[in-house]
Amino acid sequence: MVSLRTDVGTVALDRPGMVASGIMDETGPSLARMIECGCGAVVTKSVGLEPNAGHANPCFTEVPGGYVNAMGLPNPGIELFAEEMEVAVKAGKVVGSIYGASPEDFSKLAGRMEDYGACAVELNLSCPHAKGYGMEVGTDPAMVRAIVGAVKSSVSIPVWAKLTPNTHILQDIGRAVQDAGGDAVVAINTLKAMVIEPEFARPLLSNRFGGLSGQGVRPVGVRAIYDLRTVLDIPLVGVGGIYDWRDAAQYIMAGASAFQIGSAVGSVGPEVFSQVNKGLEEFMKDYGYDSISSMVGAAHE
Amino acid sequence: MSDVVRIAKVVDECYDTKTFEFEWDAETRPGQFVMVWIPGIDEIPMSISGMDGNRKSITVKAIGEATRAIHRLKEGDRLRIRGPYGNGFDLTRGELLIIGGGVGTAAIMPAVKATGADTIIAARSDRDVIMDGIASKAAKNVWIATDDGSRGFHGNAVQLMKERVAEKRYDCVLACGPEVMLWFTYKACQELGLDCQLSLERYMKCGAGVCGCCVMDDARVCRDGPVFDSSQIARLSEFGVSKRDECGRLVKFRP
Repeated sequence: MVSLRTDVGTVALDRPGMVASGIMDETGPSLARMIECGCGAVVTKSVGLEPNAGHANPCFTEVPGGYVNAMGLPNPGIELFAEEMEVAVKAGKVVGSIYGASPEDFSKLAGRMEDYGACAVELNLSCPHAKGYGMEVGTDPAMVRAIVGAVKSSVSIPVWAKLTPNTHILQDIGRAVQDAGGDAVVAINTLKAMVIEPEFARPLLSNRFGGLSGQGVRPVGVRAIYDLRTVLDIPLVGVGGIYDWRDAAQYIMAGASAFQIGSAVGSVGPEVFSQVNKGLEEFMKDYGYDSISSMVGAAHE
Repeated sequence: MSDVVRIAKVVDECYDTKTFEFEWDAETRPGQFVMVWIPGIDEIPMSISGMDGNRKSITVKAIGEATRAIHRLKEGDRLRIRGPYGNGFDLTRGELLIIGGGVGTAAIMPAVKATGADTIIAARSDRDVIMDGIASKAAKNVWIATDDGSRGFHGNAVQLMKERVAEKRYDCVLACGPEVMLWFTYKACQELGLDCQLSLERYMKCGAGVCGCCVMDDARVCRDGPVFDSSQIARLSEFGVSKRDECGRLVKFRP
C-alpha cells in the first residue's frame, strides 16, 4: 500500500501537491475549490499591509513553454484578507503567503496570518516584478536572515521562504534561511523575463518585464532544488513547471518533500492535482516506493 | 496564443460603436473572447462578434480611454490579440431564444448567425441599436426593444422576452448584456421554468484561467465561463450582487 502523505517539517500533508501562490488563491471560495481538487494545502496570493491593484494590464501572456506575467502582487491587504481566510481554513490547510519591504512588515503580516489560522507562512522573497519587494529583498543573504529571523521570533507557526532563481548565490540565500531558523525553503519563483512585440517596437507588459513560469522553467527549478538539497538540512518544497506526475517526481527525487503547481492550473486545469496524485501513486506502486519520504532525494544516491 | 493581426475593415455600427474586422485563423466558438492590447494604455477582454471562416471581428463601444483608443484605429493598422478564451455557448439545447442588450449584442451575434434562432436586440433607444441588419439576414425573427420606445417594442429585453415566450415554446435562452438585464433574465427564466445560458463579465487580468482575479464565488469567469447556464448560475452567490475590484476586494452593486 503506497501513501501520498508527506511532511514539510511539522506540517503534515495528506497529499504532496499545493497550489502555488498567485494562482486561484485571491478569494476564500477559490482557495476552497483548489483544496477540493486534490491539494494537500493551498498557498494564498501574496498579501501585503495595504490593498494593491497590481500592475496595469497587460500583465500576462502565453509564450512557448509557459507564461510571462507581471501581476504586481494584487491583493486586498491583510485586513480584508481575514474574510477570505475564514472561508479557506474551513476547507483545509492554508499557507499564508506574504510580502513586505522590511523585517517589520513581514513580522506584522505573519502574525495576522497566524491569527487567521494559516498552518504556515510563506515569505515571498522572490517576486521578480514588484519594486522594493520580492527578489529585491530576497537576493541579499543578510536581509533574508533578518527577515526570517524577525518572523521566526514573532510567530509560532512554521516559516517557509520562497526563493528566486534570479541569482548566482541561491545556496547562500538558502543557508541564510536555515541559519535564521527558517522551517523550509520553497523554490523556485519565476525567471525574470521580457516579451517585445516587434510590430509595436515595445515590451508587451505594462511593467515592461515580468516572470517566466511553466514547463520551460522546470529544469531550472529541479536544478535549484537539487543544489539546495546538497547544502541544507531543512525540508524543501519544489515549484516550477509541474504539469504531470513525472515532473512532480523529478522535484521529489531532487530533494523536495512536497511540491506546488501554478501554471498548469491554467493550461491543464484544476484537475491537474488529481491527475498528478493518481500518476504518482501508480508510479510508486510500480517502482516500489511505499512513501513520498522514500523518494525524497533519490536522485542524489 | 497571441497573434498580431491587421485590421481589414472598420464598420460603423452606431454613433459610438465600431466593428473591427481582421483575418485570424484561430478556431473559435460563439461566445468566446479575446484579450486586446492597447499599447501604453490597457489590455481588455472583447467578445468575438464575427467568425466567418478566418474573418473575425470585435465590436467596440467607445466608453473609456482604452476603447476610445481602439476607435482611432484604421484599416491596415495592427492589433495584438490573444485567445480565444472562454467556453462559449452550447448551441445544441433545443429551440433557442437569443437576447443581446446594448453592446452585449456583439457577443451573441455569432450564435445568431450559427443557428438562425429567434433574436431580441435591446437598446436604450433607436440610435443605440446595433447589428440588427446582420441578425436579420441570419434569423427569421428579429425583434427590437428600446427603453424609450423610439423603435420596436417599448420596454426592456426581459419584458419583450416574456411576451415572446408566451407565444412560442423555447428550450433555452442565450443572453449577453448589462448584468442587471442578465439578472432579470435569469429570474424570468426561473419563473418560466426555462433553461438559460448567460455570458457574464468581471474584471480580468490573465484571461486564461490562471490568476483567479475574475472569480465569481469559485468560478473563473474567463475559463469556466464566461457563459454559465441556469444550474451553474444558481450556485453563484455573487451574480447580480457583487464583484471583485483590481485588488480582489468585494464590491457590492447596491449598498
